Amino acid sequence: MALVLNEEQRLLAETARDFLQKNAPVSALRALRDSRDELGYDATLWQDMVELGWASVILPEEVGGLDFGFTGLGVVLQETGRTLAASPLLATAVVGASALLLGGTETQQADLLPQLAAGKLTLALALEESHHHQPYHIATRLEAEGDSFYLSGEKTFVLDGHSADTLLVVARSSGERNSREGLSVVLLPRDTPGVVIERTLMADSRNAANIRFTRVAITAEQVVGEVGAAGQWLDKVLDRGRVALAAEMLGSVEEVFARTVAWLKERVQFGVPIGSFQALQHRAARLQTELELARSIVLQALATVDEQPEQLAVIASLAKANLNELAKLATNEAVQMHGGIGVTDELDIGFFLKRARVTLQIFGDTGFHKDRYAALRGY
Amino acid sequence: MEDLQPFREETRQWLEAHCPASQRLPNTPEEQYWGGRRGSFASEDAQLWFERMRERGWTAPEWPTAYGGGGLTAQQGQILKEEMKRIKARTPLYSLGLWMLGPALLEYGSEEQKQQHLRAIVNGELRWCQGYSEPAAGSDLASLQTRADDQGDHFLVNGSKIWTTAADRSDWIFCLVRTDPTVKKQQGISFLLIDMATEGVSTTPIELISGESEFCQTFFDNVQVPKANLIGELNHGWSVAKALLVHERKLMAEIGGDSPRQEVPPVEAAHRYLDFIDGRIADSELRSSLVTYEMRMHAIGLTHIRSFEERAAGTKGSVGLAMKYLGTEAVKDKNELLLAIMGSQGLGWEGPGFTPEERDTTRAWAMSKAMTIAGGSSEVQLNVIAKTVLQLPQAPQAATES
Repeated sequence: MALVLNEEQRLLAETARDFLQKNAPVSALRALRDSRDELGYDATLWQDMVELGWASVILPEEVGGLDFGFTGLGVVLQETGRTLAASPLLATAVVGASALLLGGTETQQADLLPQLAAGKLTLALALEESHHHQPYHIATRLEAEGDSFYLSGEKTFVLDGHSADTLLVVARSSGERNSREGLSVVLLPRDTPGVVIERTLMADSRNAANIRFTRVAITAEQVVGEVGAAGQWLDKVLDRGRVALAAEMLGSVEEVFARTVAWLKERVQFGVPIGSFQALQHRAARLQTELELARSIVLQALATVDEQPEQLAVIASLAKANLNELAKLATNEAVQMHGGIGVTDELDIGFFLKRARVTLQIFGDTGFHKDRYAALRGY
Repeated sequence: MEDLQPFREETRQWLEAHCPASQRLPNTPEEQYWGGRRGSFASEDAQLWFERMRERGWTAPEWPTAYGGGGLTAQQGQILKEEMKRIKARTPLYSLGLWMLGPALLEYGSEEQKQQHLRAIVNGELRWCQGYSEPAAGSDLASLQTRADDQGDHFLVNGSKIWTTAADRSDWIFCLVRTDPTVKKQQGISFLLIDMATEGVSTTPIELISGESEFCQTFFDNVQVPKANLIGELNHGWSVAKALLVHERKLMAEIGGDSPRQEVPPVEAAHRYLDFIDGRIADSELRSSLVTYEMRMHAIGLTHIRSFEERAAGTKGSVGLAMKYLGTEAVKDKNELLLAIMGSQGLGWEGPGFTPEERDTTRAWAMSKAMTIAGGSSEVQLNVIAKTVLQLPQAPQAATES
């Protein structure tokens, strides 16, 4: 397992960085926010990303994928984190694609993955039902009546929920409220009768929605894989989402830290650059050592998806917990060390601060992952 | 990259065949072999194991064979380390000569000096100690005052060194001495080797908060040292010292993973000393501390691997500098965590009521406080990172090392 990027991956990272710095800098997110853009991302930018192959980095070649693996995807996401680029990458190319790859029938894969690779299909996982990540705490029902099924319930914090073409809805076919047994995932086109989508505007100016399902009629073909069997693969999908998000968060942390260090060299007070003060030097140096740890963790987590997926759970929880804490620390330090200008909207630092707080809650906060890591280690 | 699998298999087979079973058990400090004129083996097996490794040059696996080393590449050396770890083989020879002086000699020593000292180090004939810090020169090492005056055919050394590990059991000392008091402090320092049997050298042990006395203060009173013992150029000892410090810090960063003490891993201690409810530690605070520690060690372990892989791939990263800071802070965290998990049973100092292992844990906790002070304090490490990695502007009179 390699904790150093190979030539191909380095090249991909460079291409991604050049493309994003030019086409999706932080000012692009600011413009989307200020214009209250309905889609929440730039559709042209997404089509350009699709042409670069980013929608299909992890997809096999048979369905039009690049087959670069998660390490390849990770370096791209790291770059999107650096510029806070808004796009369907995480919800569609990571979580949606993984759900179809790990849970979908052959027919579903053959139908949908080429569309996804071609940028003609965006997806959103409708999972959460409370204000904390509880992947098995599912009350939304999928009830069988004759040959049909009916979906009823409510979802919250659905990433890309207001813009995705098709929703992947996690629902309960049987079993107790907190059980891993009896879960199904349903493919649901957004304009299906009985589906009410309400976009939520959050601090990070990105996309999410609350969605209500009232007796939505579902056919057997819409169920991903088998009815009641999603518990077997849902965790694996979520772990891929956690690792990919950790890569994005790493990119954001690297960027916000680089901007902070640059400011420490530039800002003069008491006649000297403030970066010459030991009180600030030590805080910056400590962040640098934390960043070294985070880089190792993310590279290992990405490689684990590709090479030892059966061991993913522990490292995925390590990655998400670690990046949660680091993103919080690095953005708080960035604001504080920038001083007064750090709390102005004029400076981009605030965008990093806000995005960090949203990513903290996606697919599990620090407490969730520390608890999971401890449980996996037997205590 | 060449195929290293055959080397790995050959190494594995050799180790399996030649490492005595007793040398695969955890090592106590008393059982370590440090070589030297007064060194002795704890057992016949220890001697056998040492001699077998020495014959292959594997007490210094990556040194050139011309000086008695194993001539292995960095990758092969790593494989040997991994294979030794796999069967829990003991380190056959503990030696500051191997870990610190040798690498500096290879870089800065004359051919004659290499011939004189390297093979003796590989063979464990002499035990070396380090003379850097002084009572008035700790973090500000460059202000050291022990002087070596040029007397024509020799140097005359006067002064004292502190924190000289095991000086009372060592044969030679490598020292930083002031050879020019008139220039900027870093520029008047030389690197000198001194035979401790020379007249005028004396040592006094220092008792520590752990009750141990592994450090000494070493005194030099009109000690005559041959000019041939100068390493590198006169007044250029600071460069040698800095190169050597890198080796020391790397070593200290790795200590967390290779502790000679028979310590209880924190998870095992938790099972032994804490109540569990439904398979979880009942005390939520301790459970949280334990998982925080374990995650950190997991991350540090991965970063060690990345650091090595970057070195092997020739892409020089900035990881190495962070490791001494992270590794030694983590050792302290571990010792605090063990004490917290063991409660009052982790406070034994001597006598009945505690197992020897428990008393060791208490003393190891006290000892661990030195980890973030020795070899450059954590604060100095952060200064160095701020300066060299982040390239932040120098503070007025900043406590960095160059």
